[in-house]
Amino acid sequence: MAESANPMRNVWIIAAREFRQYFISPLAYVIAAMVFLILGGIFFINLYFGAQTGQINPDGRIVIGPLVTILVFVIPAITMRLLADEQRMGTMELMLTAPVRDWELVIGKWLGSFLYMLALLAVTWVYPLILHQLTTPGIDQGILVAAYLGLVLLVAAMLAIGVMISGLFENPIAALFTTLAVLLGLWILGGLGSGASTGSQIANYLSLVDHFYANLYRGVLDLTDIVYYLSLTALSLFVGSLIVQARRWR
Amino acid sequence: MSAQHMIDVQDLTKFYGRNPAIQGLNFHAVRGEVLGFLGPNGAGKTTAMRILSGYMPPTSGSASIAGYDVVEDSLEVRRRVGYMPETVPLYPEMTVHEFLAYLGALHRTPDLEDRIDEALEEVQLTDRTHSYIGSLSKGMRQRVGLAQALLHQPEVLILDEPTIGLDPAQIIEVRKMIKDLGRQRTVLLSTHILSEAQQVCDRVLIINKGRIVAGDTPENLQAQLAGADRLLVRAAAETGSLKELLEQQPGIVRVTGTGEEGAVEVDGTPGQDVRPEVARAIVHAGLDLLEMRPVGVSLEDIFLQLTREAEASESNGGER
Repeated sequence: MAESANPMRNVWIIAAREFRQYFISPLAYVIAAMVFLILGGIFFINLYFGAQTGQINPDGRIVIGPLVTILVFVIPAITMRLLADEQRMGTMELMLTAPVRDWELVIGKWLGSFLYMLALLAVTWVYPLILHQLTTPGIDQGILVAAYLGLVLLVAAMLAIGVMISGLFENPIAALFTTLAVLLGLWILGGLGSGASTGSQIANYLSLVDHFYANLYRGVLDLTDIVYYLSLTALSLFVGSLIVQARRWR
Repeated sequence: MSAQHMIDVQDLTKFYGRNPAIQGLNFHAVRGEVLGFLGPNGAGKTTAMRILSGYMPPTSGSASIAGYDVVEDSLEVRRRVGYMPETVPLYPEMTVHEFLAYLGALHRTPDLEDRIDEALEEVQLTDRTHSYIGSLSKGMRQRVGLAQALLHQPEVLILDEPTIGLDPAQIIEVRKMIKDLGRQRTVLLSTHILSEAQQVCDRVLIINKGRIVAGDTPENLQAQLAGADRLLVRAAAETGSLKELLEQQPGIVRVTGTGEEGAVEVDGTPGQDVRPEVARAIVHAGLDLLEMRPVGVSLEDIFLQLTREAEASESNGGER
């Protein structure tokens, strides 16, 4: 009984430490402040021009659209040090000689960053709430919930990619730029998917944000998109575990 | 067999790429024993310890801790080993207490809070419980690393250079602590300081270029090796002729110059007192004997001798 509960317990211990770590590091506060500043600016401008024309657009996703773009740049900074720092400081040796499985370490790191991002996303819900108060009959809550669900799935996958890449480096900055390049690459992939050929369709399927904007953002819950994000998350974490394991054989 | 042996190592070999770090190590350690790895930097001590702590698998051969194989039952091994890596990696942004609570939780330490207090008492760091690790001195960090290794009361302690970077008073404390710990547990420590191995260890393995070149108690190592009964002889003569004269005497194995004119060091057959022969030979040759006294051979000399022999046999093997 106690034995079977073990794996999640280790994941949780590691996740809890990483989550707490964000709140004592200045970087996480800078990132949060930056995100809220940009979103606040966009929100204000929308309301301001809306008020001038007498027509405030009651779209709850007012900040979600730009948020995705911001996240592509923010996520690499959130994940860069997760595994790279352990390698740089040598504490990886402590982790790998503790009775912790390699995948427990990787998932724990990812979960810690995911919880931090959930907290950050939860705060952005404030903008649609304000908008709801300002407009009659208010905003479409269904679309909003679907868009947020999509956002959470998208963030989960991007964080998993970031954790995986962080495992490849000892230098967090190298991890930052590589993750950024990979995320942008996966985004741009969608641009190649405009044709009807098989290659285009594959590119379209692999594109990181197309699954989001095409369906979830519009309030369409399609299993394909959910499966895409969940499998991308699982695959990245699996490869991340292999990377950590490979470090032992070095 | 392995139930008695807390550490059991057979033909352990590790290659980094094509370079061997350790080759064919064989040794074991029992409960209540302090075993020392003695060797120069780069001899393979850290590699062997990393394999035993479950950090990395060997290229070939096998190792077990308390009967658990380090590759097959890695998690069981890691539960039973307390490991202090060489550079003592720590999280500088955590307090001592947070750090120990984190690693203690991962090790499933029962009564964690009590154990943290006890471990900090053992390493005499109770007054820094809530200090950030980043603000501690090197010696204190070393002790945090030691507390971390002790925390989950492991059956086997593996300490890589545990006294490096400590001040003399702390070194004495840590050595005493290791000796105490070694009464109920098995301790494997590495050092390149010979006097430390002599003081702390029940048994010493001398390791050079990835191979064990000798293994015994410090006393036996000193006794069994040539040079145990070394004499310093000074006479009113040229070093060359004195050397020639003494080398002809029975029971004398080797005569080496000391760099000082008229003084040589004489190695007799172990266990045989050659002083009468030496004195007689010098007087018979019509020379004046000025001084003759035994010079104790330190582990240092044995170590140098052994590593030199190992290198010599290696280069001979290469020529063949």
